Amino acid sequence: MKIDIILAGVGGQGILTIAATIGTAALQNNLFLKQSEVHGMSQRGGDVQANLRISDKPIASDLIAKGKADVIIAVEPMESLRYLPFLSKDGWLVTNSTPFVNINNYPDKDKLIKKVKAVKNNIVIDADTMAKEIKAARSSNIVMLGAASSFLDLKYEDLEAAIRTIFERKGEKIVETNLKALKIGKEAAEKQI
Amino acid sequence: MQKILLLGAEAIAQGAIDGGMSGVYAYPGTPSTEITEYVQRDKLANELSIHSEWSSNEKTAMEAALGMSYAGKRAMVCMKHVGLNVAADAFVNSAITGVNGGLIVTVADDPSMHSSQNEQDSRFYGKFAMIPILEPSNQQEAYEMARKGFELSEKFKVPVLLRITTRLSHSRMGITRLDVIKQNENSLPGDPRQFVLLPSIARNRYKGLLNNQINFEIDSENSGFNNYTEGTNKKLGIIACGLALNYLNENYPNSDIPYPVLKIGQYPLPRKLVEKMFGECEEVLVLEEGAPVVEEMLKGYLQREKVKGRLDGTLPRDGELNPNLVASALGFEQDEAEKIPEIVSPRPPAMCVGCGHIDAYVALNEAVGTFGKGRVFADIGCYTLGALEPYNAINSCVDMGASITMAKGAADAGLIPAVAVIGDSTFTHSGMTGLLDAVAENSPITVLISDNFTTGMTGQQDSKALGKIEDICKGIGVAPDHIIVMNPTRKNHDDMVRVLKEEMAYKGVSVVIPRRQCVQTVKNKTLAAKLKELNLK
Repeated sequence: MKIDIILAGVGGQGILTIAATIGTAALQNNLFLKQSEVHGMSQRGGDVQANLRISDKPIASDLIAKGKADVIIAVEPMESLRYLPFLSKDGWLVTNSTPFVNINNYPDKDKLIKKVKAVKNNIVIDADTMAKEIKAARSSNIVMLGAASSFLDLKYEDLEAAIRTIFERKGEKIVETNLKALKIGKEAAEKQI
Repeated sequence: MQKILLLGAEAIAQGAIDGGMSGVYAYPGTPSTEITEYVQRDKLANELSIHSEWSSNEKTAMEAALGMSYAGKRAMVCMKHVGLNVAADAFVNSAITGVNGGLIVTVADDPSMHSSQNEQDSRFYGKFAMIPILEPSNQQEAYEMARKGFELSEKFKVPVLLRITTRLSHSRMGITRLDVIKQNENSLPGDPRQFVLLPSIARNRYKGLLNNQINFEIDSENSGFNNYTEGTNKKLGIIACGLALNYLNENYPNSDIPYPVLKIGQYPLPRKLVEKMFGECEEVLVLEEGAPVVEEMLKGYLQREKVKGRLDGTLPRDGELNPNLVASALGFEQDEAEKIPEIVSPRPPAMCVGCGHIDAYVALNEAVGTFGKGRVFADIGCYTLGALEPYNAINSCVDMGASITMAKGAADAGLIPAVAVIGDSTFTHSGMTGLLDAVAENSPITVLISDNFTTGMTGQQDSKALGKIEDICKGIGVAPDHIIVMNPTRKNHDDMVRVLKEEMAYKGVSVVIPRRQCVQTVKNKTLAAKLKELNLK
C-alpha cells in the first residue's frame, strides 16, 4: 500500500496533531512514513501544510509531487484549495467548511464552498459546529481526521488506538472526547460518500 | 529495536546524544532550533548531564563548543545558515586550531527562504575552512552522521560541518537507534600550544590543515556516506548530493535508474569516484540543494566539462528542489498540474492577536509621522512582520543587531532622528555592541527594545535579556532618564506617542522599552515563575 496525504490549514489550527495521529497508527502497523512539516515564520497565522506519506515500502521523497496526493485533509476551506495542484485526478478533498478569517481579502464563503464542491471527489463538513455540539470545540481537527478516515487505507481501530497514544498523558476524558470527535467526523463523511 | 518517529533535527540530536556528546550549544534559528530543544527535554540527555542551555548568539555558542572540545569532550554547535556568518570568525579559526574532543558544527540552510533573509549554502563555508562536510540524504542518515561525526572529527583532529536543509530538518521518519557511546573523559590537548593562534603557530597549523586535505579526500572515497551505483545507460551520469537523492529516487519508483549515480554524503568530493563518472558518461547532471557548489567545481571556470544543473537552466538557479523539478531535469514528461484557483488569497504570517509589538508599532507610526517617514530600522524577529500591512512601520531588516547600527549610520548621515526597533533576545544577541557605538558618539537615535520576555519567532525559547535590559543599557552608558519602560496597550497609546516624540526630539541616545509578555507564552509555568521572581509583568 502507498498513500500520500496533504494536510492543510492555518498556523495554530492543529494539523500536526492530525499528522501525529495518522503517523502513530502507521508506525504501529510497521509501515514506512515520511512527514514534512512547516515550522517557523508561517506558524504565525500563515498558511501551513504537512506532507504525509505512508507506504509498506521505503519512501524516497519527503515532498509529494504535483498531481500525486491521494487525499487532502483541510481544516479550513480556502486552504483546501491552495493545494489542488497536488491532488491526483481521483483523489479526495476533505475539508472543514468553517473559514478562518485573519486577512482582509478573504473570499466570499459561498463562492469558496461552491469551488470546493466543484472538485470531483469532495467531502465538506462543518467540523467546528460538530465539535462544539459534543462540547469539544478544540477537537475540530480530529473531527476532520474522522471525516477522512475512510480514505487513509488504515483500519479505523488503528486510528482509535493512535488517539489513545497521542492524548493519553492529557487524561482519559480528553481521550474519550477525541474518540467521539473521530467518530462523528467519520459518520458525517459517510453520509456524503 | 523499535523505530522512533523523529524530525531530521531531532534525529541529529538523538545521534549526537548516542554519539557521546557532552554538550550542545546554540542560539535558536529556523530550521535548526529543534536540535537543541530535543536535547533539553530528552530524558537520557538529562541523566547524562549533557549541556543544552541556549547561548547568547552563534559566536558565543561556537566558542563555548570549541572550549568543550579543548577540554577533551565531544561537543556540537547548531545554528541556521545566517548564524554561521555570526560565528564565522570562530568557525574558520577552529579549522586551524583543530579540536581535542570531537566537534560537529551543524548548520541548517533554508533554500527558498521559508524563514530567512537569504539562501546561502553553508557548504561554501565548509570548503572555505577546508574541513570535512557531512550532508545526509535522509533522517536516518542524519542520525548516523551526528553519531559518527565525532569520530571523524577526532580522527583528523578538525571540526566537521554537518549541513542540512529545511526539508530534511522539518520532516519526520522512523529512526532506528544504535547503541550509546560513552562520553569522553576530560583531557588537555596533546600539544599545549595547539589552540594558541599566534602567527608563528598558526602558520604551522595551517600547513598541517593543508597537508591533511588529501587525507580528507581519501576518507571521502572510502566513506559509507558516498557510493557509486553502476548504470547501463552511459549517456548521462548523475551526482546527487544529500537530500537531492530522494527526489531522484522518487522518479524511479521501481528503483530502475538506468544511469550511473554517485551519491554524495561526505565532502571533499571523492575524486576517484567523480573521475570514474566523467570517464564513462557523456554528460553529468548535478542535483544539489542550495547553490551550485559541486556543479561549479566540476564545470570549471572555462566550462569545458559537460555538466548540467542549476547553471545551465536544467534546474532553477535558486530555490529548493522537489520531485517535479528533478523529473523535468531528467526529461520526464509531466501532466500539466491544476492551478491554484484564483479565489485563493495569499495568507502571509502575521503578529498574533493581542501582541504587544502591535501596540508599540501603532504608537511609533504616529510619533514618526511628526518627523517624516523612512527612518525606522528594524531587526530580526516577530516584529519584522511590522513591515507588512496594515502597519508598514519599518524600513529595514538585514541581520541580527543591524537596527541600532544602521540607525546610527543614518543619523551620522543626517537622517535625524533615526529609530531602531529590536527585540529583547536580538538585543542581547547582537544589539549591545552597536548601542555602545551609539553611546560613544552620543548619536541622536531612539532605540525601541520591544521586550516580550522570549525569543518569539523561533518558538518562544528563553531570552538571555530577561530582567537585564535596563541594567545593560545603563552599563553601556545610556543616560538613566532616557531609559523608559512602557506598557504597550491601547489605553497607554497617547502616553506612548508623547514619550516617543519627546525621546525622538532628544539629541542623544534614548532607549524606550515597550514591555509586555508574548501571548504565546502565557501557559509557560517556568517563565511565569521567573517573571514573578524578577517582579516583571
